Amino acid sequence: MKENIVIIGGGIAGMETAAQLLDLGYKPIIIEKSDHLGGHVADWNRLFPDMSPAADVVRSLASRVSGANIFLNTEISFINKLKDSYNIMLSNGISIVTRIIVMATGFALFDASKKEEYGYGVYDQVMTNKDLEHWFNTGEDPRINDSAMNAVGFVHCVGSRDEKARNTQCSKVCCITAVKQAIELKQKFPDAMIYCFYMDLRMFGKKYEDFYIGAQRDYGIRFIRGRVSEVSENIDGRVIVKAEDTLSGKPVKATLDLLVLMSGMVCSQDSTKVANMARLPIDTDGFLKSRDNVMDIIESPKEGVFYAGACTGPKTVPETLAEARAAALKVHLFIKGLE
Amino acid sequence: MDFGFKLSPSSAINLDNVNPDKFEELHRAEPDVYKCMACGSCTSTCPAGRYSGMSIRKVILALQRGKEKEAVAMMKNCMLCGKCSMVCPRGINTRHLILSICRIYEEERK
Repeated sequence: MKENIVIIGGGIAGMETAAQLLDLGYKPIIIEKSDHLGGHVADWNRLFPDMSPAADVVRSLASRVSGANIFLNTEISFINKLKDSYNIMLSNGISIVTRIIVMATGFALFDASKKEEYGYGVYDQVMTNKDLEHWFNTGEDPRINDSAMNAVGFVHCVGSRDEKARNTQCSKVCCITAVKQAIELKQKFPDAMIYCFYMDLRMFGKKYEDFYIGAQRDYGIRFIRGRVSEVSENIDGRVIVKAEDTLSGKPVKATLDLLVLMSGMVCSQDSTKVANMARLPIDTDGFLKSRDNVMDIIESPKEGVFYAGACTGPKTVPETLAEARAAALKVHLFIKGLE
Repeated sequence: MDFGFKLSPSSAINLDNVNPDKFEELHRAEPDVYKCMACGSCTSTCPAGRYSGMSIRKVILALQRGKEKEAVAMMKNCMLCGKCSMVCPRGINTRHLILSICRIYEEERK
């Protein structure tokens, strides 16, 4: 088993791929730019639809990959294509020659401050889904004042399905994340009125629809069909949102103590950078282009380069894990083919 | 003074001014009221709807937006035939719901 396998990205996709390859008897190398494994999931608190702790997922994956070669705080400086392999130069000065690369570079969260009309970074009481998860994890955020949480709003599709933000794709998981976070906030502040401003609700996954019905029936979350068009701040520092209630065809206005923006998933710049180094194509949605979007989603057009997880588009945690397992199998079969 | 034109009042809904108490009472009596996802099955099948403007979907919405009088006025045309409960995909007992609305919004019916 002397074949080097380089997994770029130490999020759940990279970790699951590595864990499976370790089980198959290989010794993969994980390259992670940050100082810890787990990627975005490590920043999250609980996962839909069963509210399982995100930390458990990361912990269990981390224990399974302890046998891998893991480089933290390491970026890719450049990739050279050799005759039938790649020479990968790392920022720590180490170079690796490999015939197999697994791109598990994931996604980036849309920068909500680009949608200036929502006032992220401008008004005090506006935060993102990630900020809210941070508060669930730490309990620390100046925007959340336990004694004054009477009305909270969630804005769906921030930077998703938005041509002007240059992201026409649906980020897929924000609908269900908003429902989850709305329920969690309602549990913490039972007297608060919680609104979700949505365009469509896309409850595609297992038990998502039940979760949504529960949010309505058991928690009284108010769903208003209409995209928030503008946000302003009043003299008390509370935020005023305006939307159309498209079900009644009338403009609607509400004053809120907190506004949560559901930032969508976009292709990360680092992912694109590494893809360019390896001369991998980018699809029209900005994510990495697979060999075929139906039959070969985890294979790149380049021999020996595979994809796992959200580098090819928005995905849920179980979808990412399933792709990672499939990628590990592909790597295994690829190595068998080389022998 | 006649300027030759007049302003119509704003049709905007201000959620800050909506008193949620009665709707909360309704929600306690009929937890399923929140399950409405505005699909419109009830309205399309309602025999009174096409002549009178009755729509239980709109009633549920109007009650949540503080337009109680409007909602209750619409309900005067309901014949309690129950066709809407047969078609509701979310299984809301609309007939029972209508009776509860009549009870809780007694004041607004006058």
